[in-house]
Amino acid sequence: MVFTAPVLNYTLLSPILILLAGALIGVLVEAFVSKALRSITQLTLTIGTLVLSLAQVWKIRNAQSTTAAMGSVVIDGPAILLQASILIIAIISVFVIADTDHFTALAAALPGSDEERHAVQTGNQVTEVYPLTLFAISGMMLFPVSSDLITLFVALEMLSLPLYLMAGLSRRRRLASQEAALKYFLLGAFSSAFFLFGMAYLYGYSASVTFAGIRESVVGGSGNDVLLLIGIAFVSIGLLFKVGAVPFHAWSPDVYQGAPTPITGFMAAATKIAAFGAMLRIYYTVFANAQWSWSPLLSAIAVITMLFGSFVAIAQRDVKRMLAYSSIAHAGFLLAGVIALNKAGLDASIFYLFAYGVATVGAFAIVTLVRDSAGEVTDLNRWKGLGKRSPWVAATFAGFLLAFAGIPLTSGFIGKFSIFSAAYESGAKGVVIVGVLSSAIAAFFYIRVIVLMFFTDPVQDGTSVEIPSELTRIAIIFSIVVTIALGVYPAPLLDFITNLAIFIR
Amino acid sequence: MTWLTLLMALPLAGSLAVAALPKTNEKLVKQTALATTLIVMAATIAMALGFQRDNVELQFVEKYSWIPFFGINYALGIDGLALVLILMSTILAPVVVLAGWNESHGGRWSVKTFYILILVLETMMIGVFAATDVFLFYVIFEAMLIPVYFLIGGYGTGERSAAAVKFLIYSLFGGLLMLASIIALYVMSGAQGGHTFDLAALSSLEMSSTTQDLLFLGFFIAFAIKAPLWPLHTWLPDAAESATPGTSVLLLGVLDKVGTFGMIRYCLTLFPEASKTFTPMILVLAVISIIYGAILAIGQRDLKRLIAFTSISHFGFITMGIFAMTSQGHSGATLYMFNHAFSTAALFLVGGWMISRRGSSTIADFGGLQRITPVMAWMFFLAGMSSLALPGLSSFVSEFLVLVGTFTRYPAHAVIATCGIVLAALYILIPVQKALHGPTTPGNENLSDLNLREKIAIAPVIAIIVVLGFYPSPLLKVINPAASHVIAQLGFNDPVPTNGSK
Repeated sequence: MVFTAPVLNYTLLSPILILLAGALIGVLVEAFVSKALRSITQLTLTIGTLVLSLAQVWKIRNAQSTTAAMGSVVIDGPAILLQASILIIAIISVFVIADTDHFTALAAALPGSDEERHAVQTGNQVTEVYPLTLFAISGMMLFPVSSDLITLFVALEMLSLPLYLMAGLSRRRRLASQEAALKYFLLGAFSSAFFLFGMAYLYGYSASVTFAGIRESVVGGSGNDVLLLIGIAFVSIGLLFKVGAVPFHAWSPDVYQGAPTPITGFMAAATKIAAFGAMLRIYYTVFANAQWSWSPLLSAIAVITMLFGSFVAIAQRDVKRMLAYSSIAHAGFLLAGVIALNKAGLDASIFYLFAYGVATVGAFAIVTLVRDSAGEVTDLNRWKGLGKRSPWVAATFAGFLLAFAGIPLTSGFIGKFSIFSAAYESGAKGVVIVGVLSSAIAAFFYIRVIVLMFFTDPVQDGTSVEIPSELTRIAIIFSIVVTIALGVYPAPLLDFITNLAIFIR
Repeated sequence: MTWLTLLMALPLAGSLAVAALPKTNEKLVKQTALATTLIVMAATIAMALGFQRDNVELQFVEKYSWIPFFGINYALGIDGLALVLILMSTILAPVVVLAGWNESHGGRWSVKTFYILILVLETMMIGVFAATDVFLFYVIFEAMLIPVYFLIGGYGTGERSAAAVKFLIYSLFGGLLMLASIIALYVMSGAQGGHTFDLAALSSLEMSSTTQDLLFLGFFIAFAIKAPLWPLHTWLPDAAESATPGTSVLLLGVLDKVGTFGMIRYCLTLFPEASKTFTPMILVLAVISIIYGAILAIGQRDLKRLIAFTSISHFGFITMGIFAMTSQGHSGATLYMFNHAFSTAALFLVGGWMISRRGSSTIADFGGLQRITPVMAWMFFLAGMSSLALPGLSSFVSEFLVLVGTFTRYPAHAVIATCGIVLAALYILIPVQKALHGPTTPGNENLSDLNLREKIAIAPVIAIIVVLGFYPSPLLKVINPAASHVIAQLGFNDPVPTNGSK
């Protein structure tokens, strides 16, 4: 038997490889570096790795290759854009994660046990969150560039497993955090199973696991359509679970609430980019010719997701849960971009993902600042009068909320406009109209938070706004500047996206 | 010469200057704000002098690419209609700043923030009338809600946050309907020769009559909420009751005009056929607004709510004038927009002074002001007379033109609307009688009369009301060509009187 060594294009794969190397070194740092230096070493290593990876992505930005890893990975414009977005979001997320006060000193210890107390007292803070983040990011980077089902599945697990762990790392309310982690894990495992099941059907349909092979069968139309439909349906369930679309959203409010807030922000922003990135690639290339099989159902899911997210968010009393439902609604808006199935839809989706991700990280970073003696305060009633106590923090948060609501002169408006116009262009008028209406509903609860912060008198209950650490401050300022800049003058980024964003097959 | 950008940049620069001032030096903040608004007013007047009255094309046109990806331009230009409204806005701004010298005290935030918001709002008020790119218009239309929202919620009285939210939700809802229509226009323009938001290009789009009807409604509902037309008016009395007098002047005087301006500029221009289809219904709504606003005004006990309801009645007149589709009606409606701003400003400002002196806005708490504070009482009386369109005051001319313009085509509507004038006499004369005349209500004995600052602030408003009442032609000369142009574009001829020549 002849063994052929795999031909790998290391340059094109380097962004992912750098991340994996960084993560592995991070594990070693965790084991060998003294506790006094551990935190700073890990932080420097993580940021360094991310920046290096981003530089590498920039270097290969014009590359187009389907053979980077023997046909398992495709590097093209959308891939570069999505990878760059994930890395930028990751960097600002790590700035927020760097505030170790959010993380349990010793995740392996039982909540309330002596070991935990001992770890806190001796200041023996473990920092495994950094390598976990890097592992997750490398999975996210691989997910939207995968071009066969096996790689896609591996990437899915690579991004999910670290996230399950990270959700359970909260220092305070540890039980809720662990519950969130377990819930996320169980439901995630379930959805992975669906995904795998769908993959098997697609293989049965096309006798191929590569996207190119499946696409050929779809275009040729010679296979058994039942297999194809089942395959599309189950693979879609797996993807829709990851983006938190209704009815596969049940995990997201609990996980958003239970996970440490910096992780929630990272998860909400970066996972969405990765999952929608993969989704765009699959629907735009592999399933494009079977549009009539999935488009009506996906439209229905988009409509339900937008309405459900917006309506249920109104009833939320917890800021993290509210943002969770708002993220569900945004998943619905983003689905409109998938349904559009045209160039404008692709451009719009990438822009929207980036703009939404940046604003999300910023918004959750601000949530980490509002605290009392027992940790973060997420009860909206206790956010009353925040505008009086710390006008700048409240004003910035209001800026993010206005962006989520899609008010002009914020990035959210340009995102919404571009995605809705793309969907309208493709004839999905119903989705657009529901989208616009649910934007109106959503505006209501965003504005309610602004009212709470600015127009209600503060209650004296020890809620205070922490002075942000320098890194968190940088992350927040970056987010708000990008959010407003993309609202006022989005032309350069839009041009950049539209020039690059062409799928190769 | 880039006049319009200059006009928009000046208040913005002023707001930055105010932002740079120390928070504690409130006097300097106010002086800077006043100076800025005066400079803007002077610049507007200077621009207006260079306006060619008989030219119906857009003037002072500017166009720069903004988001080429979507074919969006930063495009400005004005015709007679826009010029009059920009003049109105920039004249009102210094009046509001001077008249409301102390109204920013007691707000949730500093005096400085108040003036930053006012100046930012002024930039947007100019931009919204000057924009000739639909996307730019929409952006300003929506973005200007935010400063107003904070002005009402932060510096108002009573249920101010509820009122601010109600205002914002109503407006946002309308705005989003308009957004859906704008997206549709954008997509259609892409299919017919390239994506654009240029107003002139969009007005020549081919579309089926159903599409046109639906898109028209998207725009019209947004504008009908703004201009409050019955039954979409309910946010206005709450907002006006809670806002400070100065904010109310800008809200009713300028922002609500965006609604009626939009009906002419966007509804009629973009969707001429649909406008004709919906005219009968809109006229009915306008007549209902006239009568309903007047009747509710009569029933109000609160002075600010009363003024708000009179405005609903007046906006009914303006809408009727617009959709009567005659050039007199149009000229009258445009002039009405201008005059309404000043008569309402006078009512709100003098009313606001009365309220702040008395510490109550209930009409019954006043009484005998004519003896105690004669100047203030006379000013209120004059403002009231202007509001009920007394001949010799400015509103009379515009109301008369609207009624004449409507009568030639829709006599029944005009006749019913005329009843609104009778009701107007009631809703003004009742508070005048209760508040100004009669025995002095206990508690009013020591109220002080207007001080010099207040007299200076109200003087130009009263002057405009009186002068334009006698001599409206300078404005009409600017308005008439624009109005006739719109009517001609729609393919209407003014009806010729049939029995006059026999």
